[in-house]
Amino acid sequence: MDVLSVTDLTVSFDGFKAVDNLSLRVGKDELRCVIGPNGAGKTTLLDMICGKTKPTQGSIKFKDLELTQLIEFQITRAGVGRKFQTPSTYEDLTVVENLEISYPGKRNLLGSLFFKRTPEITESIESVAQQIFLKDALTVKAGQLSHGQKQWLEIGMLLMQEPELLLLDEPVAGMSAREREQTAEMLNGISKGRSTVVIEHDMAFVRMIAHKVTVLHQGKLLAEGSMDQVQADERVIETYLGH
Amino acid sequence: MANGDSPRQNGGDGLIGRLNRHGVVLLALLLLVAMPMLLDTFRLSLMAKYLSLAFCAVGIVLIWGYGGILSLGQGAFFGLGSYMMAMFLKLEASAVTDSSTSALSAFFGQAGLPDFMSWNSVEKLPWWWEPFHHVWFTIPAILIIPPLLAFILGYVNFRRRVGEVYFSIITLALSAIMAIVIVGQQGLTGGINGITDFKTFMGWNLDPDGAKLAMYFITAVLLLLCVLVGRFILRSRLGKVLVAIRDREDRVRFSGYDPAVYKAFIFAVAALFSSIGGALFTLQVGLASPSLVGIVPSIEMVIYAAVGGRLSVIGAVYGTVLVSYGKTFFSENFVQYWLYMIGALFIVVVMFLPGGLASFLDKLRPVRREQVPVGGALNIEGN
Repeated sequence: MDVLSVTDLTVSFDGFKAVDNLSLRVGKDELRCVIGPNGAGKTTLLDMICGKTKPTQGSIKFKDLELTQLIEFQITRAGVGRKFQTPSTYEDLTVVENLEISYPGKRNLLGSLFFKRTPEITESIESVAQQIFLKDALTVKAGQLSHGQKQWLEIGMLLMQEPELLLLDEPVAGMSAREREQTAEMLNGISKGRSTVVIEHDMAFVRMIAHKVTVLHQGKLLAEGSMDQVQADERVIETYLGH
Repeated sequence: MANGDSPRQNGGDGLIGRLNRHGVVLLALLLLVAMPMLLDTFRLSLMAKYLSLAFCAVGIVLIWGYGGILSLGQGAFFGLGSYMMAMFLKLEASAVTDSSTSALSAFFGQAGLPDFMSWNSVEKLPWWWEPFHHVWFTIPAILIIPPLLAFILGYVNFRRRVGEVYFSIITLALSAIMAIVIVGQQGLTGGINGITDFKTFMGWNLDPDGAKLAMYFITAVLLLLCVLVGRFILRSRLGKVLVAIRDREDRVRFSGYDPAVYKAFIFAVAALFSSIGGALFTLQVGLASPSLVGIVPSIEMVIYAAVGGRLSVIGAVYGTVLVSYGKTFFSENFVQYWLYMIGALFIVVVMFLPGGLASFLDKLRPVRREQVPVGGALNIEGN
């Protein structure tokens, strides 16, 4: 069964269709990369899946759940994690606090007021910190991390949420070549057991991680297939890769 | 990793952190031991008046410093507490019939009616005054009505994503409306004169020195309790969520939280503190007045918090006392210039000392570089 199925999705901003009649399916254990030129509607697509933007028409199904009917925090609680294009961490909180705040459950008022850090939570924070290479920076405030580390921290915050669907918007933007490699390795690890959608411009990085690639152009689906298929596609070369 | 370079990695070190850790004990010693020993009864009851205003400042630290909501309407909640208490006291005072009041009542033909109502030809006690005959209604009302109103007002606005400066304007309007209604409905609220001329609380005379001393201690203890509750909230996960909302509300939704509920909650807590402060104020000063609910007092309360340090619940108490003493001193000596002075003070603090007094003390100390042991990192209490 598909974890994510987007059907006939359209959103129009004052008549401009940022995403136009798009359909997309992502299965379990799959890591899908979405590529396309600027303005192709990639980020808008993720915005609609996670509830930030309401679609004009169409359906987004996460397992059996119709996401277009839910608002942001409900979608997150259902198991969808979103990483934003510019790293969005809580800068005045430490790495530990950033991770802890993302731990699922106890997200109502009373639950959070009387929240206690159990050994399982500590363990979970430590293991995620290990995965995102921030084990030595636990008490550093997020605002003091380097750009790449903030990217990792935000991925770590998603991992704490244990999402079944992971949406990553340009996870390696601003990273060094070495950091990109580390991130690719990390993503290959964490995409197991869940579904992942990654937006990325860096083709070398996409090649390292993608199972399947979706190419968008002007809000529409241009091509879909393996990396090799897509790179050989004439329309893709003409509109995107050729430049 | 970058952590070795950053001297203040967690909120725990630095003077703010230390003040927060030992500050409550220090404040308790100051309020419960030093002040009663050093001050005479007059100064002490003046102090008690300031402390009842400090409840509002502590609340403002929670909503403004940590919740990122600048409320200019705390005077309205202070006023609600103040007026509800005054209504109870006034009804008690009106029920007492000595020869002079009974003669007056006989003249107007209504016993048990507050004097200002008789003066305004209000012949029957309004229905919403009736429950305030009973202390078992009044006290819970003071503790429940203002926070409930605040929660509803907050939730409705935050849910529709009305925030920041727009919400500040709404709270500003709230305190303005409150003052206008009170002044306008003279027969029902006492108007510009407020409600005054009462001396007993459940038969207990509030006037003698002993009673004033007792009220001082009650106020100080309740204030310390509010400070502790505030700290408990800030140290909990809820407190971290608040900081997260303040800095990046949009992101918090995608961590699975509903920011509207959290913001409304902390707004309600601040309203509760203000209301308690208002009730205590009325008990000690013997007055509920529209001049304490409007825009000017609401802004003054924000200044208390700003001067004390808007990230420190304890600093808010010091800020209130300091600014209030200053106000008493300057307004006695430079009557016309006081408002300009407090305005200038606010501007100076916001521009040059955004962390308030708490951060000023920090600046005086040489910055120490502290290495945080990695192994113990998970056990470090934040805030």
